[in-house]
Amino acid sequence: MINKLLEKISGKWIFLILITICYLVLAILNFDMVKIVVIQLFDLIYKILPIFILVFVLMFLSNLFLDAKKIIKYTGESAGFKGWFIAIFTGVLSAGPIYMWYPLLSDLKDKGMKDAFITTFLYNRAVKIPLLPMMIYYFGVAFTVVLSVYMILFSIINGLIVHKILNLKKL
Amino acid sequence: MKAIQYKLKKSLFQTIRNFKQIMPIILGVIMLVSLVLALIPNSFYASIFTGNKVVDPLVGATIGSISTGNPLISYILGGELLSQGVSLIAVTAFILSWVTVGIIQLPAESLMLGRKFAITRNATAFISSVIVAVLTVFTLSLI
Repeated sequence: MINKLLEKISGKWIFLILITICYLVLAILNFDMVKIVVIQLFDLIYKILPIFILVFVLMFLSNLFLDAKKIIKYTGESAGFKGWFIAIFTGVLSAGPIYMWYPLLSDLKDKGMKDAFITTFLYNRAVKIPLLPMMIYYFGVAFTVVLSVYMILFSIINGLIVHKILNLKKL
Repeated sequence: MKAIQYKLKKSLFQTIRNFKQIMPIILGVIMLVSLVLALIPNSFYASIFTGNKVVDPLVGATIGSISTGNPLISYILGGELLSQGVSLIAVTAFILSWVTVGIIQLPAESLMLGRKFAITRNATAFISSVIVAVLTVFTLSLI
């Protein structure tokens, strides 16, 4: 019975239901704590709302202007240097929580974006230009410069490794 | 003119449809992140490090991987950890994996980008965070 029900519900709903159950259990065990969690939840939603709108607009523009052909040309298997540059540049510029970018990347992946470039994009989110002054404040200029250079370099290495491993598994 | 209007409408509906599909995942992740942020106090992080120079970078990368929130919090925590005597390699691994590895977000990443991709990417990023930390501190010692 449960198995049949689970087959009907897709993974995304099971995930949400499990988290909701966690909230309910916490509410039974410690209602004051769940109040703090809910306040935190609304605070987070309020903070990420602008990013949510930005991602919606970008997805709309991508649906409007970018067809599979263009995505493959700029970020597909044979994109070369252009693809790396786009992945690094957009990864550094992207703001907000990492999970807000999954829908757009999933959409681009379906249209032909190479997994190496998705990896590079996600890794470069560690290089945050608006936060660099804070990093300099806590760790110094030399540390910030050296770490940023290594992060960009390793974003490419990570992209290549992930691509290689995924293709090995496909064989 | 009609063709443009049609294309705009089609793109808009397609985007709305995409968003409707991913809404449960995004909402689930936001709820999970809120839960973790509220339940794990900042004092938890300092108590986890052992003082061992080999083990601590791995501890830093692990704690960073299961943590979530604005990278700024990781800088502040990293600064505090340094002042408490935690090694720079461990702190660097911690702030790096905080942003590049996402255990909390792994279910969402798996659902949207594929399970194999999500696991491979996070594992690679975890190992890289330790390597980059070692290389950064080594390079700084040469400057």
